Amino acid sequence: MEKAIVLAASAVGAGLAAIAGIGPGIGEGFAVGKACEAIGRQPESSGAVTRTMFIGCAVAESTGIYGLVIALILMFANPFLGKL
Amino acid sequence: MSLGSKEVVVNGPKVSFEIFGLKITETVVLSWVVMAFIIGLVLFLTHNMSKTNPSKKQILAEWIVQTMNGMVKDSMGSRNLVYAPYMATIFSFSICGSLISVLGLRPVTGDFSVTLTWALMTFFMIQYAKIRNDGVLGYIVGFSKPIALLTPINVLSELATPVSMSIRHFGNVASGIVITQLLYYALTALSNAVGLHTFPLFTIGIPAVLSVYFDLFTGFMQAFIFTMLTMANVGAAYPEEE
Repeated sequence: MEKAIVLAASAVGAGLAAIAGIGPGIGEGFAVGKACEAIGRQPESSGAVTRTMFIGCAVAESTGIYGLVIALILMFANPFLGKL
Repeated sequence: MSLGSKEVVVNGPKVSFEIFGLKITETVVLSWVVMAFIIGLVLFLTHNMSKTNPSKKQILAEWIVQTMNGMVKDSMGSRNLVYAPYMATIFSFSICGSLISVLGLRPVTGDFSVTLTWALMTFFMIQYAKIRNDGVLGYIVGFSKPIALLTPINVLSELATPVSMSIRHFGNVASGIVITQLLYYALTALSNAVGLHTFPLFTIGIPAVLSVYFDLFTGFMQAFIFTMLTMANVGAAYPEEE
């Protein structure tokens, strides 16, 4: 019974941790939109704009990746099961 | 985690063999393979170089070196050109380590130890560059800028750099591994549901399409980003003189 509760709570927790994807999604969409605007205004600088945008996207993505790592830990390497 | 009747298992790297009680994992063996491949490739490209009559592979080798030098010069300044070989090493190791998954092997960068090692090397390079720029005393005083109250936050933000860099690279590659594995399970289950018990027809072709994103795109992107962030951080710690 205890194990079932812990497993259910871990599954819910993993799902909640994946909500962290919302923030990077909005942020990256905003960054890419602005980059498209910049390229539209100055097509000759598209290389530099794209490069900078990808780095910015990767940095913005890291919070989402933290959530993902927590979800993966809860699903495949659950630390709470050992404490029962 | 279980999916239907079958248990879905995602394992860490297997232990290949042991030397004197030291566990040599799959990751270590595969990184030896990657190193051997890169060394072989570099030796092949730089073999028989000539000044007057350059061959095609020599032109390729020169292009790689020039591109890397140009990138380092652009983002770190010509004072830091000495870092170019290190950046090229990290970049090529990361790309080959991630793209090894195309061959059906476990990507080297899908192991947190690997990315954490690289991020720690970057961390110590940043600290060294800062000390070289400001001197030992200036480096220590630099933590309590702009006001002394911010010292803990400055120290934490310094420590967060390797953590975020390593988790970013590891998380991207590892999520690719997990999703590919889940997809195989799901497609096998789908084949079973349709009645193809002996031959999981749906596992042919469909994973390859997703592999283009999870293996090729992520591998290139993360290698590029890791290198660029290392360059930006080290370059910012040891900037060009005015």
